[in-house]
Amino acid sequence: MVHIRDNFKESPSQTAGPYVHIGCTPNFTGIKDLYNSDLGSLMKFGPIKGEEITLKGTIFDGNGESLKDAMIEIWQADSAGLYNSPKEIRGQADPNFSGWGRCAVNLKTGLYNFETVKPGRVPNAEGILQAPHITVWIVARGINVGLHTRVYFSDEVKDNSSDPILTRIVESERTQTLLALKERKGLYKFDIHLQGSQETIFFDI
Amino acid sequence: MKVQSKIDSYLKRDRAWHPKALSPSYKSSIYRSPQSKLLSFPATQSEETGPVFGHDLIGKLDNNLIHNSAKQGQSAIGPRIIVFGRLIDEYKRPIPNSLIEIWQANSGGRYRHMNETYLAALDPNFSGCGRTLTDENGNYEFSTIMPGPYPWPNGPNDWRPAHIHFSIFGDAFTQRLITQMYFEGDPLIQKCPIVSTLKSTRAVERLTGFLDMTKTVPMDSLAYKFDIVIRGNQQIFFENKPEGS
Ligand SMILES: [Fe+2]
Repeated sequence: MVHIRDNFKESPSQTAGPYVHIGCTPNFTGIKDLYNSDLGSLMKFGPIKGEEITLKGTIFDGNGESLKDAMIEIWQADSAGLYNSPKEIRGQADPNFSGWGRCAVNLKTGLYNFETVKPGRVPNAEGILQAPHITVWIVARGINVGLHTRVYFSDEVKDNSSDPILTRIVESERTQTLLALKERKGLYKFDIHLQGSQETIFFDI
Repeated sequence: MKVQSKIDSYLKRDRAWHPKALSPSYKSSIYRSPQSKLLSFPATQSEETGPVFGHDLIGKLDNNLIHNSAKQGQSAIGPRIIVFGRLIDEYKRPIPNSLIEIWQANSGGRYRHMNETYLAALDPNFSGCGRTLTDENGNYEFSTIMPGPYPWPNGPNDWRPAHIHFSIFGDAFTQRLITQMYFEGDPLIQKCPIVSTLKSTRAVERLTGFLDMTKTVPMDSLAYKFDIVIRGNQQIFFENKPEGS
């Protein structure tokens, strides 16, 4: 174990606060003279391979109220399971797909929405194939350290049943909090519960 | 032929060092804090990669908040400051070409945001939004104005110390971090319920920007130094055995 002096410990986290949009999605806030578009608002830059999907949902607090001031980011592989990253050594990811999306939830409804692609399977460090999944990161007022979780897909029953992470969840009844529900072809709903009986499983990764 | 391979291995986030999810003096955390233990598992490529941004993304004035929303020939109101520092990881490695985004209130403590209700005036020449990429040595720099403190609905009379919000990417999604920089000597720091989610004076110090006279520009700007550390990547290099040996 490497000992790290305090000086070189990670900078401690602080909440993004209610005005995260100013810095991260200024166009959404009405600050239109700075950036052409909000970063991460488009994940597709042209024709892309694979099944195009919409991922949408709502984040709920412990009172069942939807968060109206949160921001969500997602990071995922393309339809072949490849990441659009210089660290990707297994092949060349779809150049028209960024893999990264950012969405400020709707200020009135709390809904978030991503136009993306169904990811392919990615092996873990031992080379075992994981089920298709999307990595999620949530920040908002009242969240002191950004929350990581994963979206899996309710219709990938076979892959989910052998996924190395899903299968090691001890409270197996909570596994369903990681499943996006297929509403119809190409449309998946993934609600996030910060607290309560349906609390989403959050990850320490 | 010898082939060298590399394995990324990120240090765990020290949850005893970061704020707790539930910090009752910060009221918004009460219903927004998960109660269950976080699920821990060995990171995969899904966490060890992350989005990368090119220098072509960044406009000339993106790191100059004094001018990036100002009309021609005008500038934002407030004490002119430079906020600068280095982005490194826990192994002291500089993180080059990495996106840093900031946002802040104007010099009166007012944000340009539709949900903002504070009575302080807006500055027509200031939006409070900036971004930059670190250079090849992990250095970054912003020109801006000193943000004002502001009152906020939490306790009966809570005020935020002057601060700048920072969003940091690093080069892996697992390093993603949002935090805030406070200003050396601000008496509101120790009264703030959000600052007090930090568990030690050492942690508060780590989020303090320090006046650095060597970087000030005479007759122009004061300067505050704020170094940022993200999770360390203990890259493990090894020699692959040649095929068939
Ligand atoms: Fe703030």
